[in-house]
This record gives sequence, C-alpha cells and structure tokens, in this order.
Amino acid sequence: MNFNISASPHLRDDLSISKIMYAVILTLIPAGAWSVYIFGLKALWLILIAILSAIATEWICQKLMRRPITLYDGSAILTGLLLAYNLPPCVPLWIPAVGAFVGIFIGKQIFGGLGYNPMNPALIGRAFLMASWPVHMTVFKTIPNGEQSLSGIDCITGATPLTVFKEMREILINRADFLPEQVTQANETMFQLNRSYWKLFFGNTGGCIGEVSAFLILLGASYLLYRRIIGWKIPLSYIGTVAILTTLFGGTNGLFTGNALFHILSGGLFLGAFYMATDMVTTPVTFYGRLLFGFGCGVLTVIIRLWGGYPEGVSYSILLMNLTTPLLDRYTKPKVFGS
Amino acid sequence: MRSKTFRGGIHPSEFKHLTEHKIIEKACIPERVIVPLQQHIGAPTECIIEKDTHVKAGQPLSKAIKLISVPVHASISGLVKSIEFHPNPLGTKSLAVTIEHDGSDDSTFTEQDPDINNMDPDILLKKIKTAGIAGMGGASFPTHVKLTPPSDKKINTLLINGVECEPFLTADHRLMLEKSDEILKGIHILTRILRVRHTIIGIEKNKPDAIQLMQKKTKRLKKISVIPLPVKYPQGGEKQLIQAALNRQVPSGGLPMDVECVVQNVGTVFAVYEAIYFNKPLIERVVTVTGPGITEPKNILARIGTPFKDLIEFCGGYTPTASKILNGGPMMGIAQVTDDVPVVKGTSGILVLDQLSSKIPEESTCISCARCVDICPMKLMPNRIASYIEHNRIEDAEKYGLLDCIECGSCTYICPAKRHLVHYIKFGKMLYNERRVSS
Repeated sequence: MNFNISASPHLRDDLSISKIMYAVILTLIPAGAWSVYIFGLKALWLILIAILSAIATEWICQKLMRRPITLYDGSAILTGLLLAYNLPPCVPLWIPAVGAFVGIFIGKQIFGGLGYNPMNPALIGRAFLMASWPVHMTVFKTIPNGEQSLSGIDCITGATPLTVFKEMREILINRADFLPEQVTQANETMFQLNRSYWKLFFGNTGGCIGEVSAFLILLGASYLLYRRIIGWKIPLSYIGTVAILTTLFGGTNGLFTGNALFHILSGGLFLGAFYMATDMVTTPVTFYGRLLFGFGCGVLTVIIRLWGGYPEGVSYSILLMNLTTPLLDRYTKPKVFGS
Repeated sequence: MRSKTFRGGIHPSEFKHLTEHKIIEKACIPERVIVPLQQHIGAPTECIIEKDTHVKAGQPLSKAIKLISVPVHASISGLVKSIEFHPNPLGTKSLAVTIEHDGSDDSTFTEQDPDINNMDPDILLKKIKTAGIAGMGGASFPTHVKLTPPSDKKINTLLINGVECEPFLTADHRLMLEKSDEILKGIHILTRILRVRHTIIGIEKNKPDAIQLMQKKTKRLKKISVIPLPVKYPQGGEKQLIQAALNRQVPSGGLPMDVECVVQNVGTVFAVYEAIYFNKPLIERVVTVTGPGITEPKNILARIGTPFKDLIEFCGGYTPTASKILNGGPMMGIAQVTDDVPVVKGTSGILVLDQLSSKIPEESTCISCARCVDICPMKLMPNRIASYIEHNRIEDAEKYGLLDCIECGSCTYICPAKRHLVHYIKFGKMLYNERRVSS
C-alpha cells in the first residue's frame, strides 16, 4: 500500500480565495440591482461591460505573460464590478471598458497579478478615467422629481448631494462675497441637505452606480462581517474618523457644527469603507495597521471633501493609503507572545 | 468573569464523535514489538541488552547516561531478535530493539503499597526516571527533568493538561473518564514532588462528561480545581494552556517554570501513578486509532513498540479509500511512509485519512488577508516569516519571531490561498540551525 506524504497540518479550512471573491461579489449584487432599478438598464450594461473587460484583460495579460490563467478565482470579476460601481450612470459605454482594462493591466497584472498589486485595481481604473475624461466622470444623473426611473428618459443630469454641499458651503463660509439672496438660498439648500438622511440611506439621490444606497451596501457588508470575510477595523476607524472630523470641521458656523450623518451616508463612503478599503491585498495585516489605515483614509477623505478640489475624496484617500500599507505593517508588527 | 482562553486560535471540525464514547480496549499482545532506543527529546540512551537474550515485560533495554534522558523497556515478554535501524513514527530511522513474543505475559513488576505521604520525593523522582516516563502529550520531554526545576525557580502551580485539542484524538478524554481515581493519585504524587499548593486540571468544554466527573471527584479537595476551557485549537499547547488557566505568559524562549508552573499531560500523570503503585515502567499507552480510513475506530491500550499495522488490523483494517497514515492528530501529526512503524511513548493517536481528506491543496499567492496574523496563538506574522524564508532571508525571518513558532499549523489551516506556511517555517528553522552550526 502506498501512502500519501505531506507536511502537517492535514486539515484545511474550507475557505479559499475564490470563495472569498464570490462572497464579496454576491453581497454587492443588491446595491447593483437597486442601481439598475433607479438609473435604468444603462447601469446594467455598464456593469456587464466593466466585468467583461476586466475578464478579457486578465485573460490576455496572463496569456501574453505565460502565467497560469486564474480567471476562476473571481478577482477580475470583482475588480470589474467595483469599477462599474464607481462610475456615474451617464458615462458612455466605452468608459467602463477602458477603466477595467487599465485597472487590471496597469493596476494589477503588471505587478504580477493577484496578491502583488500595491493599489486597489478598481480605484486605479477610476483614477485613470477621472484624470482622462473628467467631464464624463463628473456628470451625474438624478431622479426626476423623486420619480423612479425606467421612464424612457435617457439621462437627466444634476449634481450629487456632495457637490451641492460643497458649493453651498463655499457660499456660506464666504458670505461677504455673495449676494444676500444667494446666501439665503444656500442656507435653505443646506437645511434640506441636512434633512435628506432617509433619501441618502435608501438611495434616492444622484451618485455613482454602486454607492447610492447606503442601506444595501450596509446589508451586504454586514453579511461579510458576519462571515468574517472582511474585518471591522478598517470600516470602523474609517467611518468613525470621517464622522468625528466632519462634526468638527464640516459646519459653516465654526467648530462642532458639522453634520456627520450627512457625510457618512453620502457619496462613496460606505462602498469605499466596506468594499475597497477592506481589499485584502492592498491593506495592512496587523491590528493597529488596519486601524491606522482606516484613520488615514478618513483624514484624507475629509480633507478632500471639505478643502480639496473634488466634492468626493473616498477613492483617492484609499489609493494614497494603499501606498502606506508596507510601512504600516512594518511599524505595527504585533508583539510576539511572551516578549 | 474573564473568559479563560488565549488570544488567536482556530476552530477546526473535531471528528471526536468517532471514538469519544468508546471504552478503551486492551489490544492483544503483538507477535513482535519494535522498541526504538530513543523515544524522548534529549540525550540518547545506551543499549544494555544483547541479541538473542530473553526479556520480560518491563525489563530495561537501555540505560540513561545523561540527565535529560530516560531508558526504554521491553514491552512484552520474549526473545530479542535484532537491534538495528528501523523506521520510527517521527519520519526517520533509528536504532530499535525487536522482540518476538514468547506467548507468555511475564513481567518484572508487581503491585506495591506505597505510602506516598511519607516517601522521600527523591525516591519518587528516581522511580519516575527509571520507569522511562516522558511527556505523553506528543513532545516526549523526560518527565523527571520537568519535575526537578533548578533551585532558583519556584513552582507554585501544577497544571494538568486534559485539553486534547487535536481533532480526532480521544485518548486523554477516555483516560480521564475511566481512570479518574488513578489520575488523582498521580497528581498527589506530583504535588508531593513539586511541593506545590495548587493544582489546576484544564479540560476543553467539548468533554463535558470528563469535566463533570473530575469536578465531582475533586469537590472535597481544596487544592485541586478543574477549569473548563473554550474549545479552540491549540488550547492544549503548553504556553496557551498556561495563558488560559493562569493568565501568565511564558517568556519568549523560556519554559513554564519561568512563570512558576509545571505542565503535565493526563496520560503522563497516569503513567506516574503506575510507576509508583505498580513499579511499572512506561510500556503501554492509550492510542486513538481513528479516521475515515479506519473501518472501526477505537481507543486502544497498546504496548509501546506495537507496529501501527497491528493496531489498524485490530480496528478492522483499512477502508478501501485509506490513503494517508499519521502519527498523532491531523494538525501536527507526521505522515508515515509505512505502517510498519511502532507506537512510541508520544503516540497519542494513529489517524488514517481517506483520499478525499488527504488531498494536498494547490498553493497560490498570498493575498494578505491577515487571517494567519489574526489567529496566530504566538502573535507572529506567519505570512511575513514564510515569505522571508521563501526568499532565503532567514535572518529577517528570525527577527519576525521564526524561533517562537510552536508549529501548531493554525496559519496553514486557515490560509485561503492554501499556502503551506508552517512547512516553510519548519524548513526555515532547519536552515537557521544549519547556519548556526556552520558559523
């Protein structure tokens, strides 16, 4: 009788990379479905094109580099999906194709594929699109008068809550430079924005495909947290930092007058905090490293939102913090048992 | 109350239902035993027997010449057939005495009537040493050495390890159920030797019957307490058990005595009892023979030196899909090339896996999911250490705690990329030792 020989342990957990990827993909579907319901079938096409482009790019790269084909692990699908979720629903159909190509090729395969990419590939794709076609990337669709979509209207453009917030805040901080009517109107708009939690939470607002419904993102993320596929440290420290800093500095009447809830629920914060700042490859592995990572993301997001050139800063803050991951890991090495 | 446990750890499926309710069966005396001359960690022993001599069960075959060393004994009565190199269950070959059974069960030992309270602890210690007792939890460190700490080390607690956290294994569990009085007598002997005031028996909560029984038996004994511990691997690791039961951390590179305690496995305690009450050397032990590759899994009282295949036959033989045979449990057990290896003092189980469960998963790249870092009971970064070793950077691996690894295998178990982390780490330790010797 011949026996198999291998080093211990001889028992392995069921969880594998592909199971992790598909679980993440699965939990992202409700938010995407809601988007399709709100923004129309265009959103679905954008999502599908992004995924197909990501898969094709991965396959071609691996063929050309003579590396094993690893499409089955689901990581390319996830990158495509996340890229699409970071796009405004009005972009032309070639945008997701280009974005996913750049994300996979430059963001991932050039470095050696899954596990070696220093930055989140989906966000690399988005940053590339943002720099190359800023007009396409910043035209957002809104829902006509609160009515649901699928009405045959292709695209009604309008500002996202965060864009409006930024404009109004500008006016309110520099009151002297504006007409009294403008200031009054800004006050009025700000008041309405601050009361739009419900809309923000369920997603009846303008925004990127995947980020409109904070509720559905939270729903998916809570499953991942429950299964321990993502950890609580980065989302908690990220969202917590944003909440504290926006309370401190986000207001127009001095310190502690900001509205943290508005900032937490709007824009891509939930999608970013739960799905992109928790990307395993590009984030620290240590306990304190992860807390610091979330903290850094929060600080950068608030800086960009309040004082930067863009209304939204989630994706850039995560990309920048990705680059600090090796350092964070090195300086937050856990103390060995008994030392 | 603070939950008694250690940080990290994993929750593998237990598979203990296969044997946990099966009474320990006495195996028939084997036709032939192969007794390796060294079955402990430490200095080798000197063979004192010659070929073709007749020996009785319990007769010493070797002599310990150094301190950290214990003799081995003939486990059956019979004729010494050969003294030559034979495969041992640790995966190597070593010098072993082969004895052919003569049909009788003559032995050198008889029941004693010891008065423990008035016996000199040094005599007790000597008896433990000459009985050849080494830790039966797996590491096989000579027990008398553990019981004689240097005079500058105070010991205030004796910890009895009844955790048995390895999946599949139930030998200690059954022993606690069936030999509880004997174990308590053994504990009494050890407390006499160590002069400790307090004894703690740590048992995982997946053995409620053993916890209940031990609690019942120790109810009137103020000096002994039973602590139920959460079911978590590697709860039975010495350092993890001390952390959980006493909330003390054994310093890196240190021993339990550095935090004023001594840990003994329940099997060892039972062997101590037999050594004192019967003058009986360590010539048999409880072995759990189990797994999906075994027809009828059992707990067996087997003679040291019994070939694995005899015990497997005693359990109805292999199933048609059997494909991997292990000395020990699935987490730290060593895969065997042959089933003609003998049971040694550290063999707590023989596990036979089938084709499905012995499949070696294909390794992919690390996605730094941090699972290994989260669960490492020694608070290491297994991903980092393994990748340093992969790149032959042993010094860097050492800086990240290579030598602190207890090789429990939790990181490898949990890794979704199926990386053979602990394999790299063991290899790294080997390279580290080679380099230290050569430089």
